[in-house]
Amino acid sequence: MGFSRDLSACGGFLVLLLTLPHLLANDYYISVLILGCLAAMTAVGLNLLIGFAGQISLGHAAFVGLGAYASGLLTTLAGWPVLPAIVCAVALTGAAAWLIGIPTLKLSGHYLAMATLGFGIIVSIVFNEAVDLTGGPSGFVGIPRLEIFGFAFDTDLSYYRLLAALLAVQMLVFQNVIRSRAGRALRAIHTAEAAARCMGVDVAGAKLFVFTLSAGAAGLSGALYAHYLEFVAPSSFGFLHSVQYIVMVVLGGMGNAWGAILGAFFLTALPEFLRAFEDVETVLYGGILILSMMFLPEGLAGGLAKLWGRVRAKRDAGEAGRG
Amino acid sequence: MADLLQASAVSVRFGGVAALSEADFTVPQGRIASLIGPNGAGKTTLFNAITGMVAAASGSVRLAGRDLTGLPPHLRARAGVVRTFQNLQLFTNMSVLENVMTGAHRRLGYGVLAAVLKLPAYWRGEREAGAIARECLAFVGLSDLADAPAGDLPYGKQRLLEMARALAADPVLLLLDEPAAGLNPRETKALGQLIRRMRDERGVTVALVEHDMDLVMGISDEITVLSFGRVIARGAPGEVQQNPEVVAAYLGGGEE
Ligand SMILES: Nc1ncnc2c1ncn2[C@@H]1O[C@H](COP(=O)(O)OP(=O)(O)O)[C@@H](O)[C@H]1O
Ligand SMILES: [Mg+2]
Repeated sequence: MGFSRDLSACGGFLVLLLTLPHLLANDYYISVLILGCLAAMTAVGLNLLIGFAGQISLGHAAFVGLGAYASGLLTTLAGWPVLPAIVCAVALTGAAAWLIGIPTLKLSGHYLAMATLGFGIIVSIVFNEAVDLTGGPSGFVGIPRLEIFGFAFDTDLSYYRLLAALLAVQMLVFQNVIRSRAGRALRAIHTAEAAARCMGVDVAGAKLFVFTLSAGAAGLSGALYAHYLEFVAPSSFGFLHSVQYIVMVVLGGMGNAWGAILGAFFLTALPEFLRAFEDVETVLYGGILILSMMFLPEGLAGGLAKLWGRVRAKRDAGEAGRG
Repeated sequence: MADLLQASAVSVRFGGVAALSEADFTVPQGRIASLIGPNGAGKTTLFNAITGMVAAASGSVRLAGRDLTGLPPHLRARAGVVRTFQNLQLFTNMSVLENVMTGAHRRLGYGVLAAVLKLPAYWRGEREAGAIARECLAFVGLSDLADAPAGDLPYGKQRLLEMARALAADPVLLLLDEPAAGLNPRETKALGQLIRRMRDERGVTVALVEHDMDLVMGISDEITVLSFGRVIARGAPGEVQQNPEVVAAYLGGGEE
């Protein structure tokens, strides 16, 4: 059922990620790779929600923020060790999603989009206004780096390797969910909710599950972000960031397991490449997005697959010509 | 023969419109019972009420004596009430085989954790789902299309796929809503044989909504006639055909 293929794909992906830093001329780019991995974690979870189950969340950046602030506050104000703080932050983020999901996912329609939009706004307000706790608009500093059983991930390279491994594991978990009874139920809900229901799928339950899972992934990404930058501020978790996560999923290729990762790395790295074009940076960014959407209807992943097919066809033709 | 399905005095209103008024519909165990009536008579609405997709204002639904009234659709499905749809409802983002495997949802016991950790329960469940799906595809004659995307099938085969998917759920009661709509005469004839085989070889009890009178008269054990949300006749095919009220409803309905 594709497990050995998934396993080798995720293994190959990990090897690729681990090789990347050695191909880069500049150590600065490791930090871009780190941010790419963190964005990918959120995008992969969001892809499960949007691309597979067909439900929209307009507030995923708020879940990332919740994870970041929760773990940041637990380690600074409460003095917790980092690992339990991260676990607690993820649980808290999942619980928040669950509470939002219970009343909204029973109804069909765009209630989840509305509710998550509102949630994002409220979270932003709290981050900005609860100054005593959150430090307000300027955020707060002094969040410790991750240390597990005495091993400190204090260099960018070691932290990047950890994130690469986590992302590969997340992909494997993701694929295992997709290729199961629950995964089929999610995809069924996407295209024919009524039929799914009449095959015995608990539609509200399945939506609640996938929404909670995707928010948990966002919370994990946020907590790992906080313990990397050692600093959080509300401006990293606003509405535009929620939109950007959606763009990562759509641009990468909705419903393509690897698409969200491509989209996340592409959108994270793009501004770095465009930095050379100072004045027209934003215009180029927008233009590239629009062109990709126009010419790659199945996203980057779909485009790459097509390209690969063409290359292979040409190679086969070449071999046939020689033979 | 005992009645497997007993829908009693079911009323459904949409705003001010009474789509169903105290409608009774029963299906005897192991038989094919048809529900006919002009367009807009309330046939689909009655199927929706039986499967829990619309809330009935009053009335009750019992399956083999068990009261299903008020249960949500997925729990009725898990009790064995399975249906197909008048306007096709395939999972177009999946292959033909995956569609039918999804039909087996209620028969698979393993959870998400078993899937994530690839526990033996997962492998067992997926092997079972695959075997069920292949067997159901063979039953309706779609084996060679197992790996095709469901949306790519021609219309007639999409109808068969819906039947295979429903069959994979191992229905106790199978509700078919206009399964012959859009089929040519040859396909319709084959469909009639398929429905009969479902009853005879699988012991599935069938409730059928259909406009093709040759099909209905040919395979039904009994027929219930709806008109404007009310049951106006019930009986064996021969009796119903002779019923003057039924003839009037069809002529007055201006539909056939
Ligand atoms: N969701 C709905 N909302 C409002 N009216 C409906 C709805 N579904 C059905 N109706 C109305 O109920 C009546 C019965 O419809 P239906 O059960 O689809 O008839 P049939 O299947 O016998 O052709 C019609 O008048 C139809 O317009
Ligand atoms: Mg109808």
